[in-house]
Amino acid sequence: MTTTLQRPPATGRGPRRSGPGAVARFRWPAGYVVVIVLLFLLYQSILPTLVTPVANGIASWLPVATINECLMWAIMALGLNVVVGYAGLLDLGYVAFWALGGYTAGWLMAAPFNWTWNVHLATAVPGDYPGTHINFWFVIIIAGVLCAILGIIIGAPTLRLRGDYLALVTLGFGEVITQFFRNSNNIAGLNVAGGDGGISSIDGIGTGPFHVVDKSVPQALSIDSTSNTYKILVLGLLVGVCIFVSLRIREGRLGRAWLAIREDELAASMMGVPLVRAKLSAYAVGAFFGGIGGVANASGITGAVSPSGFDFGKSVLVLLMVVLGGMGNVWGVTIGAFLLAWLNGNGLKQIGVQLDSWFGWGAETWLPRYNFVILGLLLVLMMLFRREGLIPEKRTKALLRTPNRTEMESVGADITEAEAESEAAEANSGDDAAIASAARDVSPVLGQAPSARDDGADGPDGVVRADGAGTSDGTGADPAARRRDETGDVSR
Amino acid sequence: MSHPIGTSADGPSGTAGPGVPAGDSGTATLTAPQPAGERGAGREVILELKDLNVSYGNIAAVKDLNLTVYEGEIVTLIGSNGAGKSTTLRTISGLLKPRSGDVVFKGRRINGIPGHDVVKLGICQSPEGRKIFQRMTVSENLDLGAFVRKDADGIARDRERVLELFPRLRERIDQKAGTMSGGEQQMLAVARALLGNPSLLLLDEPSMGLAPVLVDLIFETIETIRSQGTTVLLVEQNALAALEIADYAYVLESGHLNMQGPAAQMLADDSVAAAYLGG
Repeated sequence: MTTTLQRPPATGRGPRRSGPGAVARFRWPAGYVVVIVLLFLLYQSILPTLVTPVANGIASWLPVATINECLMWAIMALGLNVVVGYAGLLDLGYVAFWALGGYTAGWLMAAPFNWTWNVHLATAVPGDYPGTHINFWFVIIIAGVLCAILGIIIGAPTLRLRGDYLALVTLGFGEVITQFFRNSNNIAGLNVAGGDGGISSIDGIGTGPFHVVDKSVPQALSIDSTSNTYKILVLGLLVGVCIFVSLRIREGRLGRAWLAIREDELAASMMGVPLVRAKLSAYAVGAFFGGIGGVANASGITGAVSPSGFDFGKSVLVLLMVVLGGMGNVWGVTIGAFLLAWLNGNGLKQIGVQLDSWFGWGAETWLPRYNFVILGLLLVLMMLFRREGLIPEKRTKALLRTPNRTEMESVGADITEAEAESEAAEANSGDDAAIASAARDVSPVLGQAPSARDDGADGPDGVVRADGAGTSDGTGADPAARRRDETGDVSR
Repeated sequence: MSHPIGTSADGPSGTAGPGVPAGDSGTATLTAPQPAGERGAGREVILELKDLNVSYGNIAAVKDLNLTVYEGEIVTLIGSNGAGKSTTLRTISGLLKPRSGDVVFKGRRINGIPGHDVVKLGICQSPEGRKIFQRMTVSENLDLGAFVRKDADGIARDRERVLELFPRLRERIDQKAGTMSGGEQQMLAVARALLGNPSLLLLDEPSMGLAPVLVDLIFETIETIRSQGTTVLLVEQNALAALEIADYAYVLESGHLNMQGPAAQMLADDSVAAAYLGG
């Protein structure tokens, strides 16, 4: 606080630099926007004009429904990336938030269990439809907030655990949520979420704000949820927002706190990072994304939710996307999600079809069934050859690629001399020095002698404590002096 | 109260009775010729440990420890492995809660305040084993050192100050901390703690595992840090090096205070040498 500083304020380099890096910063975001717009245009305007074989090829290898699934999974992966990639908290029950998001959509965008009231809020659903029908964008926010609250509720008691224990608790929690929804048709006599059957006929995304202003917008933007092409834009926008938030939050104070926790919890705490609060925020942000993903899935992809869709395999799949893509790297995770969602959704099947056309193995049926075998193999290969993920986070890469230098090497010539000196000293002073040098690593000065003498009933403890210099004059001084002479060079 | 009865350290000639005045607390003091109160004359007490007891489960790690640090001092806490030195530091910085006794910082009782809030009060620690953020650059490590601060100007000034103290860090500012040598990592750990702008700097074994030349360098820098106005509480096994720069020393032996006194006197004392500076 009262430190006096004679030095002038820093005029040199600040902590942040601009320059060529500033341009590179926009390369990935711009690329992402281009890809989404191109995909939209491909299905909106280009595909109908292509000759049939090419159009069929595109439609079977990259059907628009699969693109939407990829985008939805990207939201999930980005959410889990905050928890696992940024804060380093292994969460094996992430599916819980996906489920709660989906059920929130079910409650707010459908008419389950013969709900007879009709509540409508800015939707395109005809006004006489029964049930609750709330605008997709509102539901996203509501689901996000609900999931964040749920995340904090689970997090509060469990985040004090570390590593393996946290993973196990989250795993259990993911299963509990699924079981809750499985038995939800009779919670104290009340049908809460439809039990095994879940909730179906959830409104589509298309009941959105574009409908309200459909006078001049392109047709694909104004019509209903059956337009998968339109969903590319909506889901693409959601993914974009998640990417933006992930990147911004990471640059900020909270992001730095998370990275510090991931690197070393104890040290982070010593730097003044409030561990529990920072971890809870990671959980809440991750859960918020998970809720968005859940709504996007229930409303945009499946149109229904049921407990069987929220199994442990989904948690693993999202985790795989994060790990394969590159933990902590937003773009890596996005690409990992696209790749695995594509493989899992359509890619494996299509590869099977292709193999069949060449060799006739019947691979179309069995290849998709062995998806987890294949993804598992992929993971093993990645861990062997590219541990840091497809697009690694910078710091991970640097560490894995740069060999750790040893103590003396990198400090420079003066240290090398010192090392030589101390080695020479060790060589000169014989047996005692060998012991001393062994002890030096652990305890430079108080190595062998005092601990050995502790065992004695009236050791030098007593001598020293008793009356200072007095008693030890005769007995202690001489050996001590000798010991110091012998090993002084080494220990100092 | 703080009289260590019935322990192996209880020597044949016994210890001072329970009637000794506070501050003497049953330990041999080498300050016999020095009148009481001279040590911190004209200075504020910045840190005081009062009858501190800390335990891990049933194992008492620190027993009835009384310790005082005056503003502007370098105080060292020496002792062998397992003496309770690091435990004491962790208790001061709020990572451990004392079983009984008080930690008083600038007149305020701070035990029970969580570690991340203690940093805000102005107590920063360079932990044992350095604990730098390996996968972050030197620059990012320093940023995290200033995590609790919001005064951008002050942070920039302190950043410049620690880079003056450790020019080596400036050379390696964009290097990943984990790829640096042990000595550089230790410099970084100290620099990072300084960026919290502490009024009390806690250093836990800054010489551990370092080459002798580096130990000298680190200890010289500690003196510079003190001369710039930061009080230092230094925990060391390298007692000789610590006593050479410290003003006052406390010696811990299996959890309780074995002796205390001005560092210079301790350095000159043969009995101390016999027990702690010999091997």
